[in-house]
Parts: sequence; structure tokens; C-alpha cells
Amino acid sequence: MMVADVLRPRGAGLPRLRDTRAVWPVLALIAILVFDWVMVPNFFQIRVVEGRLFGNVIDILYRATPTALVSLGMALVIGTKGIDLSVGSTIAIVGAVISWRIHAGDPHIVILFEALAVAVVCGIWNGSLVAGLGIQPIIATLILMVSGRGIGLLINLLYGGTDPSFDSPLLQGLSTGHLWLIPTRLVVGAVLFVALWLVIRRTALGLFIEAVGGNAAAADLAGVNARRIIFVAYVLCGLLAGCAGVILTADTHTSDPVSVAMYIELDAILAVVIGGASLGGGRIYLGLTVIGALVIQALTTSILISGLRPEYNLIVKSVVVMIVLLLQSRNVRHHVTMLFQGRRR
Amino acid sequence: MTTGTPTAPLIEMREIRKAYPGVLALDDVSLDFYPGEVHALLGENGAGKSTMIKILTGALRRDAGAVLLAGKPTDFASTAAAQAMGISPVYQEVNLIPAMSVLKNLTLEKAPTRWGMVSWRGARAMAEAKLARLGLTLDIDKPVGSYSLAIQQLVAIARALDDTTRMLVLDEPTASLDASEVAALFDILRDLRARGIAIVFITHFLNQVYEISDRITVLRNGQRVGTGLVGEISRQDLITMMIGRELSEVEAVARVRDTAGGAPVMTAGGVGRKRTLAPFDLTLRAGEAVGLAGLLGSGRTELAKLLFGAIRRDSGTLTLGGTDIRATSPRHSLAHGVAFCPEDRKTEGLVGELTIRENIVLSMQAKQGWLRRVRYRDQLRIADDMIRALGIATPDGEKQVSQLSGGNQQKVVLARALASSPKVLILDEPTRGIDVGAHADILTLIRKLCDRGLALLVASSELDEIVATSDRVAVLRDRAMIGELVGAGITRDTIIGMIAGDDGG
Amino acid sequence: MSFKTILAGTALAFSTLAAGSAWAETIGFSQVGSEGDWRPAFSANMQNEAATYGIDLKFADAQGKQEEQLRAVRAFIAQGVDAIIIAPVVVTGWDQVLQEAKDANIPVFLVDRDVDVADKSLYVTRISADFNLEGKIAGAWLAQASLGNCKIVELQGTTGSAPAIERNAGFQAIIDQFPNMEIVQTQSGDFTTEGGKKVMEAFIKSTNNLEGICASFAHNDNMQLGAIQAMKEAGLNPGTDIKMVSVDYVPAMADALAAGEANASVELRSAVAEYIYPVILDYLKAPSDLPKWIVIPSDLHVAN
Repeated sequence: MMVADVLRPRGAGLPRLRDTRAVWPVLALIAILVFDWVMVPNFFQIRVVEGRLFGNVIDILYRATPTALVSLGMALVIGTKGIDLSVGSTIAIVGAVISWRIHAGDPHIVILFEALAVAVVCGIWNGSLVAGLGIQPIIATLILMVSGRGIGLLINLLYGGTDPSFDSPLLQGLSTGHLWLIPTRLVVGAVLFVALWLVIRRTALGLFIEAVGGNAAAADLAGVNARRIIFVAYVLCGLLAGCAGVILTADTHTSDPVSVAMYIELDAILAVVIGGASLGGGRIYLGLTVIGALVIQALTTSILISGLRPEYNLIVKSVVVMIVLLLQSRNVRHHVTMLFQGRRR
Repeated sequence: MTTGTPTAPLIEMREIRKAYPGVLALDDVSLDFYPGEVHALLGENGAGKSTMIKILTGALRRDAGAVLLAGKPTDFASTAAAQAMGISPVYQEVNLIPAMSVLKNLTLEKAPTRWGMVSWRGARAMAEAKLARLGLTLDIDKPVGSYSLAIQQLVAIARALDDTTRMLVLDEPTASLDASEVAALFDILRDLRARGIAIVFITHFLNQVYEISDRITVLRNGQRVGTGLVGEISRQDLITMMIGRELSEVEAVARVRDTAGGAPVMTAGGVGRKRTLAPFDLTLRAGEAVGLAGLLGSGRTELAKLLFGAIRRDSGTLTLGGTDIRATSPRHSLAHGVAFCPEDRKTEGLVGELTIRENIVLSMQAKQGWLRRVRYRDQLRIADDMIRALGIATPDGEKQVSQLSGGNQQKVVLARALASSPKVLILDEPTRGIDVGAHADILTLIRKLCDRGLALLVASSELDEIVATSDRVAVLRDRAMIGELVGAGITRDTIIGMIAGDDGG
Repeated sequence: MSFKTILAGTALAFSTLAAGSAWAETIGFSQVGSEGDWRPAFSANMQNEAATYGIDLKFADAQGKQEEQLRAVRAFIAQGVDAIIIAPVVVTGWDQVLQEAKDANIPVFLVDRDVDVADKSLYVTRISADFNLEGKIAGAWLAQASLGNCKIVELQGTTGSAPAIERNAGFQAIIDQFPNMEIVQTQSGDFTTEGGKKVMEAFIKSTNNLEGICASFAHNDNMQLGAIQAMKEAGLNPGTDIKMVSVDYVPAMADALAAGEANASVELRSAVAEYIYPVILDYLKAPSDLPKWIVIPSDLHVAN
């Protein structure tokens, strides 16, 4: 309660922080980092290697960037009471398109826009199925989820596809390069986050998405064009997945549609949920979603450096995630508090 | 029938206290309920009625106080625990699963089993028996959602009743019932009372209180104002106890009647839709309140929604301020200055997850478009103005709207419509499920809005409300408009006459 | 993926039509599916090479389902093919259908994975590469290159998969012979470039820039290629500072070997028809008792 009181702003300012829910994902992240610090004393050490910052903490931020971008898109879609299972497939298609157009000899700056355009097309496809035809989101996006990686393989076939690796100073610079000391993708991620925040919170789009997700019928009667809002959410989700796709593809500079970003949709959904949003829609927490993505990546990184046998990876991950989600649940928290109060008596 | 010699109370609630953040919902309230009596619980929004019965039925935990069941202290951990002891609640908002059949809704909680499997033959018999208790004959295989709200309400009551029921708690059971359905329900309640069941009855229809209750308790601001036998409390006293205001004041508000309206604002010519509502003509004028009267199912809501564009018309023309409106959708209507408050605030009115402020600015924001966001400072100001103007009981606009009581929620719906600065305001059942105090507030507000030149259309099932507020009344019967009444011609009797089929008016 | 299969299927249909039954032997081949890079290449090689050996190959893709595979095998039996090749989807549940083939006097040859049957005489032989041997070859190369003195980081394949288990076991068996060789870090990179890169990044941090580490052993080339990228980004010189040994020998690894960024790769052949068809044809000509496992050799490719 103390923490909650501190976080509660007086008057205007940040109305979203009123809820105690902001506390838990942040605490979870801190707990994981402290655990790492105890385990690896130089965990927080940051050096400069090859002209860029280098260290575990940078690694977490670096690896979390694509997941965070996908999660932000997912947060919008979940805000409309939907879900997008096809983000991983969108990334696979984006990767294949990048590799294909590089082999075709397009200028790389053009390829960047081609890749993002393809991602937007994926978003339009999902948005049309959900908002236009009224198909349930989980089914509608399942179509692209299932077919997307196959489409990626097909695109790889367009140029033979035996060796889909490539070199692109521009795209690799965006992904693995650095600006002064900072990895470029962190800069890219931060810019995209701010841009998205402006679009969602400095226009009425966020309010409309939340209204539609909370009660579509009421939002419609209040004059909000629910279908258009849902459509826009899926398109933005596709675009953000495309940005993540560019980073991930340029990271390994190869197109690997079968395995790239495998299960990223699940991580993204998890990040949104850890960030405190309900799959029932109606709320978007952009900042907390990024925290959620960081929690997942910090966890993955700690497991990797812990020297734990790989057989235990998934179990440890799921146990920690479960604890975080339980802490999030008001119900469980209530019962735990009751337990302690009972003891005190 | 009044209870002659009440043996011992079935339930005693002693000095119950319950606090929410910032609000003391119940302040040491004591109440008792006897077997074989109908106990009416009255009070304004936020008086503590709902909190009281939620504690009684195990849906909420009390902070302090004691509950005694047949003299023994009890502590219901859940509604299931309370139901096991024979206490069955029927909540205000219908809590049925619309897509499921009547059969499943009726038997879901206590489905009869045979060797661990649901016995559908047994379930069927149980469902039929439950309906028979209320004298209902329904196709139990049809989804509940395919029946009217009134039938749904009766199904909810039927579900709560079984042979072990010792106490039935009814929260606004008659809000969506018409006169004959209310009469049928009361017959059932009298029968249950004769069988020694304690009935707690929450309502805002004073007539019904006097018709059915044995005792009355009035709550105000979390405290008990008084309890008495129904014969000992006059109507005047009762209303005074409830709102702490003189009745004459309420009536005075109602009696004020303005002169006829000004220029036509909205004109409907032959607007209709097949199988929904026969084509009708209607003109709304600035500064004039038009009432829509008719029985449940006569097409009141449909007419309101056709004008607003929430139902697409397939015939007729609609002009607003002289311009033809082709496209019909809520969005277009709002852009042209028409606002609408729907009847069912839970499913169509509010976005429960959002705050009061966000709900209030939603329509005006939709009107401005997503790119031109209403500045946060302005949102706060508008929300505060509305909260003050409509008397919404909340510390500020940042409370989740789902945490408000029914009447306050209705005011938020109204505030949202008003914030979009409409020229025409369409209200569908603006006082449904609202107590006397809020009722008067809203009627006063309607008059004020008219005085400021707004064109109003008010659909209501309460004749008194229509008589009190309308300058003109359109009467509906069997999904068609059958006539209009003007000025002094508007009385209870003339309207009832028209609905009943006399060619008067 | 599906498009590829359709193409292959159509090509097969045409070749069958054109050739008719003029071939010496008709052989049914039930393949697992078309997942990954290796298996489609394997299928294509089997189909393309069939004509060279005068074989009419009837190809059936089980799409990863055993019931599909059982149906295909029974269809082959009903058609009275001369021999059946099975790349099993799973190891169990084969006794009955193999008995049916034996009753029909049709010899069965296993390729790739093994089956678990009580009566080993139900199939003639299994012709496949040996994952365990691949691990041994990699280990042997490293033992020689480091003179038996090496701390190793290992990038495992998907946890619990047969290649991951066997390559690890074979590799471990060799380095166990050398007291100064040990695996100091091991993690799963899921056989992907992305996974290999992520895991190597973490290893680099947790071992203080691979201090004291002499080699990286990856269960496949894709992960090793990811590891090479991670090392280069951390300012290390893979192939020089760290010995890089892996399995598969994919084209990109050939480039890396040529560039000196990797040191050795054990080839997992996809062009295996030349090892499979002669065994079958010889057996059909003159049935004999063959060993139950004929190992397809794994070649070691090293940087110049």
C-alpha cells in the first residue's frame, strides 16, 4: 500500500499510475536483476567494446527490443479485445521479402520501406478479416499464422533460396550497429515507442481503442466507428511486427522463415499481460508492456548465464512467469494479505 | 396480509459496517427479516441498499457487525454458502447467460446428477417445475437471450427459487416488467409469503411498495432512517425519509410547463423499417419535450434508435435543421447534433472499464475525430462541470464508471450526450432503475434543457414521468405510432385510453 | 513449404506417367514430411536419383503423421511394390504393419530414424547417418586440434531431440578420454541462427569475453553461424581466438570455412540416394542377411 500511495499522483499528471498494478511488473524486473547481480557479481558492468556499450544489461535491452515492439502492437490489438497470432509469420514474411529484394538488387533504403509495406499489408489482411468480415480474432489471425511461414519459404524460392543470407550495411546498421555508443536498435525502439505513445495518447486513438475494447456496442452508440478503430489497431500491430522483423532479419542477416521469431506471439501476449492488461480488452498500458517484455528477456538472459541445464529452461521460465502473474491478480494478493493479517492477530 | 405475531426473525443483521475507499457505504446499520413477510428496502442511489443485500447474500464481506441466522451467528463466505442456507438473491442486472438455453440457465448451478453425470431428464423436470412456480410456459430449449428482458427477469427469479428457499432477495425485480407481469409476480410473491418465505424487496416504484410490502425500511447515506409497518408510513413521509426533501418540491418541478416549442429541428417523414416499426412522421422542435408512450414492446426503443440511426431505416426521410440526412449511423447523427442515451446502460451505455471522465468525453471526442484530441485539462473541466451539474456522487472523474451505482451511471450516460453539445437529445428510459431523488434530478434537468432550446425526445414506460415532462406525446402500439397528444390533453387517462385502443385523444 | 511439395508431387506424377512400368523395380518411399532444410533436399535427391538406378519410386509424404504413414505403407503393400523404404515419423507402433509387409514378401528398409520392434527380422536394415558418430568426429577433430587441452562451450540443438542427444553423447564420449578437455557451458540454441547468436552473446558475458575458452561446438551450422556473428560483434575473432566446430556443412558454413571464421564442420549428407538404392537393388537381386544398421559416412570439412 505504501508504494501504491507514493505512486498515486496528486491532481492531474499521470492518471494511469493510479493503479497499484504498475508496481508488480517493475518489482518483478528488479527482483530478477537483483538475483542476477547476486549470481554474477559483475552483472551490471558495462564496458565499451568495438565502439559500443557492452554488458548484460545492454544485452537485455538489446534482445528485448524486437519483442517489445511486437508486444506494443499486441497491446493495441488486445486493447480492442482482439488478439494477433500472426506476428511471428509477419516477421518471417518481412525477412523473406528483405532477402529477396536484396538479391534482386533494390536500393536498401527502398527495401526498408518495401519490408514495412509488406508488414502493413499483413496488418490490413488481419484487420479486414476481423473488422470487415467480423471473424473472431483468434481464428482470423490464425490463418496468416499458419500460412505466413510457408509464404516466406515461397518468397525465398523466388530467387532460388539456397543461400538466403545477405549483406546490407543500412539494415544491419539499424539492427546491430551503434550510434555513438548506443546500439542503434535501442534508439530505433525508443523513437518508435515515443511515436506510438504520441499517436495513442496525444490523439484520441487510445481512448477509442479502449472504448471499443471495453464495450463495442456502447462505443458505437457513442459515435465511435468501432470497425475502423479495430482495423487500425491490426494495421499498427502489423507495422510494429514489421519493424521487429527488420531488426531480427538484419540481426542474423539471413531469411529463415521456418524458425525466425518462433513463438514470439506468445511472448508478446505474455508481455502485455505482465504489463497488467486483461485479454478481455479495454485497457492499453504502453509503458508497462515494455516492462513486461523486459521481464521476459531478463528472465531468458538470466537462465542463459545461470549455467542451468537447458532441460530446465522452460520450467524455470514458466514458474517465474506464474509468480509474476499471481502477484498481479488482485484476488491472490488479497488472500495473501489476509493470511498475513490473520497471523498477526 | 401483515404478519400478526412474528415468532422470531429469520435473519438479524446487527450494526453492519462496510467502507469503500473514500466512502462509508454502511454505518452500523441493523435490520431484521421475519419469515412470511415482504420487507421493502428503500433509499436513493448510494444509500447502501445494494451493499446491504450483497452482505446478506454473501457477495460482499462486512467490515464489522454480525449476521444471525435463526438466532445463530453466521458468516457467509460466498453466495453459494448463503444459497445453501436457503438465501437466494436475484440481482438488479439480469445475470443469465443469454446464449444458453432456458433449461441450462435454470439448472446450471444445481443440475440434478445421476451417477455423476448430469441427468437431462431430471434437469428438464426441475426446469419445468421452476417455471411452473411462476406460472410461466416457455420453450426451455430456446436461448434465454431470445426472450424479452421481462421474461428474462422472470427466468432469473425462477432460477433463484427452489423448495429449500427460506429467503428471496429481489433487487429491482419489476424494473423491466409491464403491469400484467408485475401483477403476476406479486401473486407469486404473496404465495411465497404465505409459505413462510422471507422476501426482501428493493424497488423505486412506491405504488408497488404499498401494494405488496408488510414492512418498510428506508436507508439514506449508509444509515437507517427508519423502519415501520406499511400502514404506519404515509407516502409523503416515505418520500421525505428517502430524499430528505419535501414532496411538493418534486411535484413543483414536474408541474412547470413551458409554452409550445419553437422552430422544427428534426423532422422525420415516413421513417420506418420492415418488421421493426411502421413508417411514422414526427417533428421535434427547439425547446420542446416530446414523450414516447407505449407498453413494453410497442416500439418505443425502436423509434428512438431509428431517429438516431442506431437502427438503419429502410424508408422515409430525415431532415435536421433543414438538411437531408442520407447516411444513418450514430456517428453521422452525432455530427449533426443528435445525441442518444440508450435504455440498457450496462450493455449499450457505458464502457465500464473506463473512468467517468473518459466516458463523458467519449461522444464529443468522437464528434471531433481522433486527430483532434480534447486536451486533458479540458477533459477534467468538462467532467467536473458535468459531475457538479448532474450531481454524480463521486469524489472526482477518475473513478471507474462500473463502480458507480445505477442512478449515477445513468447520469454519466446523460452527461456524455450533453457534452457532445447536441441540438436534439433522445432519451430512452432515462430513469430506469433509478430512485426518487435521482429521478427528480433528471426530470428537473430535462425541463432545464428544454428551456435552453434543446429538442428532446423521451421514451419512457412510466406514464407519470411522461405526463410530467412532455409538451407533446407520441403514443405507440404494436410497433406503430398511433397518435399524438398535445398540451393539456396529456393526462394519464388519455394516454392509457389511446394505448388501450379508444380513438380518443 | 506446401508449394514445394506440390511442385515435387507434380514432377513425380509426370515422371511416373512418362515412364510407365517400364522400370526394373518399383519401390515405395514413405517420407516423414517436408520440415526444415535437410528433409526436402533428402526427398528431392531420392526422387531425382531414382531414374538413374532404373527405379520407379512411389513417393508418399506423411505430413508428420504416423496414421498417414501407415496408410501409405499399406497402399504400397496392396500395390505389390518390390520394396518399401520408410523414414519413420515415430519409433513405436510398427510391429503389425511390418508383419503385413513381411507376409506379403516385401522387404522393408528404414532410412533416417530407427523403429522399436520386438522382431528385428521385420525389416532388412536401416541405412542412415549416425548422429553419435558425427559428435565423435567433431570431438576427435577438436582433440587433435587442441592437443587434448580445451575448455568448450556447447550450443545444443532443440532440447530432447535425437540429434541433440546423440551429438552431445558422441562428442562427450571422445573428450572424456582427455582429462584436460571439458564442456564449461552448454545451452540450447534450438538449431536456429537466432538462437545460436543469443546463447553465444550470453556466454560471452558470463565468461568474461570467452576468457580461457578454446572452442565452440554447435550441434548444427546455423547456430554456429549465429555464434560467429555474436563473437564478431563482441570484438572476438572466431576461427582464430576460438576454434569453431559444428555439424551439417550447409553452403553458408562452406563460406565461413573459406573465410577462416570457422574451423571444421561434419557433413550431414542429404544426397544419400547413392548409399541407399544400391543396397536395396543388391538385396532384391540376391537376398542376404545384412547388418541391422548400415551407416552413411560423415565427412569432415575443415578450413584450409
